[in-house]
Amino acid sequence: MNTNQDCGVSTPLPHREGQGGGSPYFNPELETMPRTELEALQLERLQKTVRHCMNAEFYREKFAELGITPDDIQSLDDVRKLPFTTKDDLREHYPFGLACVPLRDCTRLHSSSGTTGNPTVVLHTQRDLDEWANAVARCLWMVGSRPEDVFQNSAGYGMFTAGLGFQYGAEKVGMLTVPAAAGNTLRQIKFIRDFGTNVLHAIPSYASRIYEVMKEQGVDPRRDTQLRILCIGAEPHSEEQRQRIEQNLGVKAYNSYGISEMMGPGVAFECQQQNGLHIWEDYFIVEIIDPVTLEPVPDGQLGELVLTTINREAMPLLRYRTRDLTRILPGECACGRHHRRLARLQGRSDDMIILKGVNIFPIQIEKILLKFKELSTDYLITLETKEEGDVMTIEVELSQLFTDDYAQLKNLEREITRQLKDEILITPRLRLVNKGTLAVSDEKKAVRVKDLRKLF
Amino acid sequence: MIHQLSIFLENTSGTLITVLQQLKKANVQLISMTIADTAEYGILRIICAEPLRACDVLKEAGVAVALSDVFALELDNRPGAGADVVEAFSAAGISLSYIYTFHMRGKGIMIFRTDNAELAAQVITDNKFLTIEEEELEKWV
Repeated sequence: MNTNQDCGVSTPLPHREGQGGGSPYFNPELETMPRTELEALQLERLQKTVRHCMNAEFYREKFAELGITPDDIQSLDDVRKLPFTTKDDLREHYPFGLACVPLRDCTRLHSSSGTTGNPTVVLHTQRDLDEWANAVARCLWMVGSRPEDVFQNSAGYGMFTAGLGFQYGAEKVGMLTVPAAAGNTLRQIKFIRDFGTNVLHAIPSYASRIYEVMKEQGVDPRRDTQLRILCIGAEPHSEEQRQRIEQNLGVKAYNSYGISEMMGPGVAFECQQQNGLHIWEDYFIVEIIDPVTLEPVPDGQLGELVLTTINREAMPLLRYRTRDLTRILPGECACGRHHRRLARLQGRSDDMIILKGVNIFPIQIEKILLKFKELSTDYLITLETKEEGDVMTIEVELSQLFTDDYAQLKNLEREITRQLKDEILITPRLRLVNKGTLAVSDEKKAVRVKDLRKLF
Repeated sequence: MIHQLSIFLENTSGTLITVLQQLKKANVQLISMTIADTAEYGILRIICAEPLRACDVLKEAGVAVALSDVFALELDNRPGAGADVVEAFSAAGISLSYIYTFHMRGKGIMIFRTDNAELAAQVITDNKFLTIEEEELEKWV
């Protein structure tokens, strides 16, 4: 590897025994750095990254269109002067259009599935891979993994970044790492028992599956295994699901957020407080924007996550629109890390509804409906054009009848409608329907929106 | 007091028959049922034999059902019997949420529910109204 433009500041990598031995931090200095220092480091890395991006014709053209040069980046807020990058940009410049180093300097390529058109390609130099492994190691260390642990990775290997991503991260921590890969649950359970696995990575639905098969086999995870930590990600799951998995397997389960365009796992991870995912701000500039106006939203407000890589050589991305919805959790975390926290990921910005000029995310509606134990989790939002304008009808299933009184049913309807209006600022029409009428057969929960509005 | 099943019914075709078919399949005999007409949904109320089992059957089938206790009074077979009963409750300041009646073996049976069950029970005792219990009702079926 011989790149003339080193975009990052090299971080001292810890020894195999783990940095600081008993330290709760893998990169103590970088993780606990005061905000002012962290932001100074971010600016320095951002400026280097932006200059480095001029190696790609794609960014040179974008900068020319906007009439900006790398010298325009004088503060962190100046990140907003930069052009956005989208998944479509990656597809249109498939495969190597966004590379900022010659291909001979790259040592790995990951590619996402291309369900529509070209797949996306992400290139890595050896330094990128080392930094990626460091980020994942930092996450695994944060949740309590140590070199004496045995780590089993039940994620798919190959192009799927959670396989190799966790592999190298766990090795960097110094754990004995078992690349079990996905599937063959009986074998997974045998490995867990025979090798004394105490840290497991699996997608949440597969973690549940492992538990089910353990039960069938008469294996009690608390008695018969040494499982202690579970890393779950890649699939949306609720807090209740997490707690159920923790209860069943007798583990602490931590949420992982990764996105292959950024590298894969290691972007953001929960600490032992289990309250939000720390996003590594020495790797990324974080923005949360309104997906329509593209303007930043205040901390605490839901919006689309936009990331700028500031620690990458082969293929840095400026203001990449992840389409993932989340919000910044305001305030300090008790764990001592100053990297800000993202709330649990809440769906995709592509699902957003605009009604009467108001932006509404189905997740906002779902959140309210989940509060009512009388309702099932299925719902359907219909948007229609009526004489009085566009209206939203929300059908919800009544899962249990809590009363014999018609008036109380009406009260429930009024209460749900009132809370919905507080959340989405529009009064929807609510329809209680029979249980089972809205259920869909497919496992993955489809977006429950039917838009029948007439367009002018 | 006797058990009554209350079932949430959306006002679309097929919802009523689905519920009744479940009860038929489970060999549950209906004694009385009533439903008020409403725009979007209503509550179907059923008096039947083996109400506890019937409730389980419906729950199992995914029906939103509630089991509640209602009063069942036996009315004399004469003009004014209904008026006398309702008058007594009215005099005691009790309002009735709903009421329906049916005939069984030559007797009028009146089902009703009130917000103040305790006071209603007192009025029934004071006026020596005849109540029907579940075992009796089931014997008649």
